[in-house]
Amino acid sequence: MFEVEEMDIVTKVLKTAAEQAKQFKSINVEKHLELEYDLGTLLAVDSNDLDLKQMRSESNRDEYLKDLARDNTQLLLNKIWELPIERVEEAIVAKLPAPTFVLPREKPLPKPKPLTKWQKYAREKGITKIKKSKLNWDETLQKWVPHYGFKRAAADKEKSWLLPVPDNADPNEDQFSKLSETKSENVAKNEFQRLRNLAKAKNIKIPRVGFLSVDKLNSKQLGEAVSVAKFSTASLGKFQGNLAKEKQAKNIKALLPSSKKRKPAPLTPVEEKKSNFDILDSILSKKPKLDIEKAVNRVLNTEQRERAAEKKNQKRGRKKMKGGKKGKDTGKRTGVKPKGGKGSRKPRGKMGRKRR
Amino acid sequence: MPVIQRVVKPTTHRAKRALQAREPKLVENAKNTLFIKGRKTSVIVANCMKDLYDIKKPHGKILNKLNNIVPFENITPIEEFSKKNDASMFMFTSHNKKRPHNLILGRMYDSHLLDMVEFGIEHYKGLKEFKTQKVSLGIKPCLLFAGELFEHNHEYKRIKSLLIDIFQREIVQAVRLQGLEHVLMFTAAEDRIYFRSYRIQMKKSGSRIPRIELEEIGPSFDLKLRRTKISSDDLFKLACKRPKELKVKKVKNISKDTFGTQHGQIHIPKQNIDKLQTRKMKGLKKTASEKEEQRKRKSDSVDKETNDDNAVKKMRM
Repeated sequence: MFEVEEMDIVTKVLKTAAEQAKQFKSINVEKHLELEYDLGTLLAVDSNDLDLKQMRSESNRDEYLKDLARDNTQLLLNKIWELPIERVEEAIVAKLPAPTFVLPREKPLPKPKPLTKWQKYAREKGITKIKKSKLNWDETLQKWVPHYGFKRAAADKEKSWLLPVPDNADPNEDQFSKLSETKSENVAKNEFQRLRNLAKAKNIKIPRVGFLSVDKLNSKQLGEAVSVAKFSTASLGKFQGNLAKEKQAKNIKALLPSSKKRKPAPLTPVEEKKSNFDILDSILSKKPKLDIEKAVNRVLNTEQRERAAEKKNQKRGRKKMKGGKKGKDTGKRTGVKPKGGKGSRKPRGKMGRKRR
Repeated sequence: MPVIQRVVKPTTHRAKRALQAREPKLVENAKNTLFIKGRKTSVIVANCMKDLYDIKKPHGKILNKLNNIVPFENITPIEEFSKKNDASMFMFTSHNKKRPHNLILGRMYDSHLLDMVEFGIEHYKGLKEFKTQKVSLGIKPCLLFAGELFEHNHEYKRIKSLLIDIFQREIVQAVRLQGLEHVLMFTAAEDRIYFRSYRIQMKKSGSRIPRIELEEIGPSFDLKLRRTKISSDDLFKLACKRPKELKVKKVKNISKDTFGTQHGQIHIPKQNIDKLQTRKMKGLKKTASEKEEQRKRKSDSVDKETNDDNAVKKMRM
């Protein structure tokens, strides 16, 4: 009796469960091939074959696609629901993994910023930057003055209302203009270094000094070039015709090989007198100069010549005596035989004329 | 010789920030899409573009003028647009007798064209023609791809990548489960790609995971593949290069036990006891003379060694 009752309960429970299952539709989907998922991009790829018959018929296609989409979505969401879940401000949130589907980047990878000349040097030497406070206490002004930036220039101006003249300086020199000049020079130097660093970073060659040549000339520069080129003939452009509406470039005199040379300004009577006297002085005060080296050389030269002449005489005498022995002990061979205007002959083997 | 171009620094902080936002980054911004009209468009194609813009919204920009551009003949004007607007994706619409209802999808790398695909739009049904509740704006859609073409055909693989790139929106770390509302489905069959868009309805299923039902919200159209211009594999690979810094390093010598306690393993080489510094004492300190002696001994021994070496050399000789 009791057993029967128990069986009844079991069947009842099973029945209700089955009914409930019937009430709700299933969340399971059967697929021939499993889908590929990338939960990071919320992506599912279904590589199963499509029902081409359904796809071709226009009336059934939309229904078929919708069913397919539903199944695939169900599968994708089933996977997402398995992810670790958090509660953030009353919303249930699933933590997504990093996307696995590789997509191309929008821009190339960032390159490290090229070091400036100073940074490179500092790295080599191990020099590190010391952090300075922005405000410094100024003793003369008795207040905090910024190291750079806003209010710094004003503080400088306030501080240097009076400047000392150094002991060895020209008392008439304007110290204020000197200060501003050094400052502007510093600024220019900084800018030059910045540009040099930039050029180096972009691998552009620049001359060490002077100006850059320009690839593209502007109209003014082109006009100047034409004018100069026209003037640069043997006849100084006398026979060069003009084009219609051609204009002569201005301020190109410095570039032209012109016959007129700039004369210096006329001298004042005092200056003229002085220069003339200078010339006179230089003439009158001429003394013979003694260049010892030159003198010694001269003496040596004459001695050498005398000796050579003596030797020559001796040789001649001997030759006469012995009757032309060829090169036995003729001493030093000079190898010089004068030949009619053709210079010296090289000493090689026999000397003298051809003998038969 | 190259001329140094004038290097102009941004004068305001705002301009500086704007320029910095455009610079290449390790983790990139979400890609922007430009919507460009050709010299003539049809109603269908214009509406289609508008619908796609609605799907893309915060990351899209419509250029309203008609442009005399033929992308498959000369892409440079689009590349210039892309550079100017900092948008690496584009959709281009046109309409003519030869190619009616034309839609071109494309993307750039380093402001140069990477991929570009031309489609003809058929069976267009707009977003407004479906009288249903729409999804909320700017939501990340689920993307579904069906059809074996997307797996096996090289061209279709690229098209899949392009479509994901266009419609995936920004990369997120987490997603609100109730916020999964939108599904975009691309089905490839017989030289057509079917674009469908659905809203997700979650129903009770008797378990934790809900039963999904879909409702079509539009737009819906069929894309017929026309011309394509797909980048070489080398360039694509270059564009897909991941930064080294973002690669996850392997964690070594760290483990966790069953209770969740972290354990670290440390490897130490054998200690050199000879050079161990013991306690310093004044009494053990060497005097100056002792130090000198030691130095002398050292130098002597070195000399001897060198002499010995010489001797050995001589022997060998």
